[in-house]
Amino acid sequence: MADTTLNTAPPPWTLETTSEPGSRQHSMLLNIGPSHPAMHGVIRIITELDGENVLKAEIEIGYLHRGFEKDCEVVGWGQAFPYTDRLNYVSPLINNVCFAMGVEKLLDIHPTERCDYIRVIMSEVSRITDHLTCVAAGAMELGAMTAFIYLMKAREYLYGLVEEVTGARLTVSYLRVGGVKSDLPEGWLERLKEALPKVMDCVDEVDKLLTRNRIFFDRMKDVGVISAEDAWSLGFTGPVLRSTGMARDLRKDEPYLVYDQFDFDVPVGSVGDNYDRYLVRVEEMRQSVRILDQAMARIPGGPVQVDLTGRPLTGAEMVDVAKMGMTADLLLRQVRPDPTLEGADKAAIRNLNAPDRRAVLPPKEDTYGNIEGLMNHFMLIMEGEGIKPPPGEIYIANEAPNGELGFYMVSDGTGRAYRVHCRPPCYYLMQGMNRMIVGGMVADIVPTFGMINMIAGELDR
Amino acid sequence: MGNPMPENPVLNRLRAQLGEAVVETHAHRGDVTVVVHPDRYHEAMRLLHDDPESDYDFMTDITCVDRLKLKLQPRFEVVVHLYSSRHNARIRVKTRPLSDTDPRVDSIVDIYPGANWPEREAYDMFGIRFNGHPDLRRILMYEEFVGHPLRKDYPVNKRQPRIPMRDIPDDRPGMMFV
Repeated sequence: MADTTLNTAPPPWTLETTSEPGSRQHSMLLNIGPSHPAMHGVIRIITELDGENVLKAEIEIGYLHRGFEKDCEVVGWGQAFPYTDRLNYVSPLINNVCFAMGVEKLLDIHPTERCDYIRVIMSEVSRITDHLTCVAAGAMELGAMTAFIYLMKAREYLYGLVEEVTGARLTVSYLRVGGVKSDLPEGWLERLKEALPKVMDCVDEVDKLLTRNRIFFDRMKDVGVISAEDAWSLGFTGPVLRSTGMARDLRKDEPYLVYDQFDFDVPVGSVGDNYDRYLVRVEEMRQSVRILDQAMARIPGGPVQVDLTGRPLTGAEMVDVAKMGMTADLLLRQVRPDPTLEGADKAAIRNLNAPDRRAVLPPKEDTYGNIEGLMNHFMLIMEGEGIKPPPGEIYIANEAPNGELGFYMVSDGTGRAYRVHCRPPCYYLMQGMNRMIVGGMVADIVPTFGMINMIAGELDR
Repeated sequence: MGNPMPENPVLNRLRAQLGEAVVETHAHRGDVTVVVHPDRYHEAMRLLHDDPESDYDFMTDITCVDRLKLKLQPRFEVVVHLYSSRHNARIRVKTRPLSDTDPRVDSIVDIYPGANWPEREAYDMFGIRFNGHPDLRRILMYEEFVGHPLRKDYPVNKRQPRIPMRDIPDDRPGMMFV
């Protein structure tokens, strides 16, 4: 607790104390955050306390505002993906998926079915990592350090797999408009199949440690209660809404990608308290594994092995042949460019990406091998060019781990977005958090805040 | 944006009630969109919320578009996305505040309590004033911020003046910092 004379610059809040100063029942204003170990992320809560009871609370956000929407208007459509990674940075792949689907809707193009399956698989892996993080951090804040370590271990298996596919653990930028960056690495699905039981072992262990744990139960049960009507009218979505008993899940209600082909359940709570939110999240991880099992079994064809006659050319040989002007021949030859050259697998890329030259980069064999590919590549990369969706506006929504993640996009037909607006799920959850903490104890703010799973990156954008 | 509008009972109902105030409708890429006159905007939202045929009980999102560089008048466009759980349908409602210098529309917080923060954000980012909003303050930016950053005439690289350190108000003697 710091000295009260610290120059911490409180902004002009509107919180009016309800009691007269000097009276016996004089309440106390307590400022929590924006930089506080329990406020993971940066957020400020100003509470008025009567003893330990919260009389009023004012939530202040914006400490991590980075101008995501303005940035999207500056760069091209395809270059906004790194920014979307940093929205919900615990499940960046889902942000990627939603953004890519938005631009595809503007362009009215569709990637291949295999690509849809890859997107579902990556989304569900991300959902598990997000829920793992939420439950782990929530338990740790109540003192359950063991549970935290177990779940972080489980998350590490999945992050390792994500890294194999995307090249990064967090800042993945794996999706492209009309497809994905590259196919799944060889043997990756088998490794995922091996990793999932290990992950779920950790979850089961934590389930045994926490679910019937007296301390955990008492801290979570009937804390942070919100009714279904309140949650719905305040714009709640995701596990917090489902904990109140409303079975709203975009994967079921408005199926996107290939979610309508999978058999899975939407877990709901009954009370709308923190304990229900915890149970819903744990069960959702199990359902995600169900989806993953089905997706892994059904994912259509691996990379088509193009059987072209003759010895494959190396990249250097191809350039030599091209320099001699024998480019017509090259279209039919199989080329093996340098294996480190990304996007150099024509067959795999054809099998994944939408066949649309307005949005999808040509395979590297074409970029380096023929003039059409080179021009196509330049037109998508050059300043002032790029992906140019026809003028129009769309709204696209995905079921992110925290709820409905939406993008509203306006295109004016140029290579840059005219307007991109992100609907972050936790924006609405934080708006309603007031109702969940007022009337409770100050110590209950921590588990309630933890189970809301606020991610400052997407809250403040 | 000129896709032909399919027959839609909700839009017919809106047209019957509001008449000329329904300025425009379209369904680009299947997103049903209706533009209403700002004077009748609140009434339209009330109708969409209460009428059992539409029953849009969930406010998904509110935002704004500055149409300055599209060279369209009026300049601002408030965009609301609604969802109906009964009909599993979405609709986009837009309204264009008449004034460019002091854009105002009615707040819909009394219909959709969840509109509180998104309207504050639209005020913060675009300077749209929502009549009847209970607490219209900046939300992502700080109070001293000059201008509205998502307006098209706000340069990306604009710098803000430094603000003086604020004192802790004297009338908050009991404030504790944790």
